[in-house]
Amino acid sequence: MPSVVVDSLRKSYGGLKAVDGISFEVQEGEVFSLLGPNGAGKTTTIEILEGLRDKEGGKVSVLGMDPWKDGYELHRKMGIIPQGFRFFDYATPREAIRYYASLFDVKVDADKILKQVILEEAASINYNKLSGGQRQKLGLALSLVNNPQLVFLDEPTTGLDPQARRAVWDVIRELKEGNRTVLLTTHYLEEAQMLADRVAIMNHGRIISSGTMDEILEREGSGERLEVKASESLANFLKTETRLKVEYRDGIVSVLLEKPHDALITLTEIEESGIEWRSLRTRSDTLEDIFVRMVGESTKEAGEVV
Amino acid sequence: MISARRVIADLKVTSRGFLRSREGVFFSLVFPVILMLIFGAIFSGGSSGPVTAYVQNNDLSGGVPTQASAAFVQALNSTNAMRLVPVPASDNFTLYLRSHSSSDGIVIPAGFQTQFEAGKPLNISVYGNPASQTSAIVSGVTSEIVNAFNLKRAGGSDVIGIQSLSVAITGTKYIDFLIPGLIGFSILTAPMFALVNISSQYKRDKLFKQLSLTPLTRGEWLLSKVIWYIMITIASFILMTAVGVYAFGANVVLSPYLLPFLVIGPFLFVSLGMLVGTASNSPESAAVVGNLVTFPMMFLSGTFFPISIMPTWLQTIAHVFPLFYVVEGLNNVMTYNNIGPAMIDLLVIFAIAIVIFGLAVRLFKWRED
Repeated sequence: MPSVVVDSLRKSYGGLKAVDGISFEVQEGEVFSLLGPNGAGKTTTIEILEGLRDKEGGKVSVLGMDPWKDGYELHRKMGIIPQGFRFFDYATPREAIRYYASLFDVKVDADKILKQVILEEAASINYNKLSGGQRQKLGLALSLVNNPQLVFLDEPTTGLDPQARRAVWDVIRELKEGNRTVLLTTHYLEEAQMLADRVAIMNHGRIISSGTMDEILEREGSGERLEVKASESLANFLKTETRLKVEYRDGIVSVLLEKPHDALITLTEIEESGIEWRSLRTRSDTLEDIFVRMVGESTKEAGEVV
Repeated sequence: MISARRVIADLKVTSRGFLRSREGVFFSLVFPVILMLIFGAIFSGGSSGPVTAYVQNNDLSGGVPTQASAAFVQALNSTNAMRLVPVPASDNFTLYLRSHSSSDGIVIPAGFQTQFEAGKPLNISVYGNPASQTSAIVSGVTSEIVNAFNLKRAGGSDVIGIQSLSVAITGTKYIDFLIPGLIGFSILTAPMFALVNISSQYKRDKLFKQLSLTPLTRGEWLLSKVIWYIMITIASFILMTAVGVYAFGANVVLSPYLLPFLVIGPFLFVSLGMLVGTASNSPESAAVVGNLVTFPMMFLSGTFFPISIMPTWLQTIAHVFPLFYVVEGLNNVMTYNNIGPAMIDLLVIFAIAIVIFGLAVRLFKWRED
């Protein structure tokens, strides 16, 4: 049975459709990521699943329960780090874990949890003196106090420097080892790529693509490209002289290679053009290419200026 | 369902937060003691001592006061209510008063003895400031002596005498009144400033949202704050009573009837602080509203001085403040041992507390929609 089921979920604020009919499922034991830019509707979605906001339409079920009605019971069974996790200034991580343990009525070895999130060295430091990375780790620690099988992480590494981010990723990977189910929202592609089994790309309240990384790449990716550092005139030349799909962006002419000898044609034409070029390489679409393109497209659709 | 375990867990975190933040300890415990030391020292001599009054005797015969006028001055002196400072007859009295920064004086006119013995009307001049307490004493005492002289001359004798007694148990000094006032001050300020601050900050930092993801309920969170501030109030009470008694020799009645005040007082102001904190949009606006509520109450509720010295309209306003009833109740118990009216004060406070608590809980939302 899936841990989380979302069916045609809708939520508006005033005239704004924050969540505009999305559906997805999170299977037991997987790490699922909602990926999208700020304002995509990720936090609204996850907060509805946490029982912090009420939905307008559609159905949601978390561990078989209605989060809005059964929130109290649900919270005992899951761990949550909300967006912008904060804690009391004058509490240490060890005290915070023991506090949560008392609230949840569970017995925990605080030091063991601290070790799990690699926070032992800061166990007795007041929250207001912790670094950003340490604070996020504390949030993770607290979400594990009641040893939940399902964990929700809302933007767990936003605002952290790359080093801290990687440290938090290590901890999240550990969660995966423990066969926990994790729902993660993020606007960092790398994070989704590193951690998630399956991804749903969200923008403007809609899911524009979902599946495993490979599935998305295959479905949305446009295949291999030949990239040349040259001027726009080369791009225009190739566009008129060949029937290849050519793009120009930031000083790079990008040619889509659909058929095997497209590469040969391109190189020949570049030589023929006599236009100056510098470096040359081939590469495949990465998730980043896809993401940027899809988000850009869906933003264009919504009528915004890209 | 309120869980004692969760309340205690929150209480532990609250107490640590309070004790580790220096402002908390200073404001609730140290500051009221400092106020007591300052105010106690200022008023420890003061108003119960004799009033200084300048006397000019213009009724001289051969440069020396006449017998009748000297007797009058002697009579003024014997009341021991004033410290008389003689002014030479040749000086301009008003100028003399001004140059000595005083407004209280008595002038005996020339011809006092002659007029008095002849039964002709004469006037003793009394200088004073109508608003001043000292002037009231001077004019009062002078009238008394004047009447006594008139009576004597008329050949009458005193039938009714006056015996001065004190109403309070062992005689009240300002410090006896100051202790309940400052305890009231502490009961108001410690929870108010803390809760306005915490509630608005937690709201802004989404800490309440986070706590709503745990089994902790709003009622439990609030209860833990109430318990903590009751404990702080009791500690403050012990501290201030000790300072008042040992440093200033205050006389107070320590009765179990004090306990309800030390419990319901904090309960009221924790709720009020929380109400202001959660109803405001930001910690900054919460602080403004909190101060607007707290400061007038702090001064106008009989904490540092009795409300009887304020004009009537201000006294009416004082009766709107919950703190007024706290201070009055504490005074009734500690200074006058007057339990009946104290219990009425308690009832008023209790009713107000329930209303404010109800409002606070209704407005205190942990979830958004």
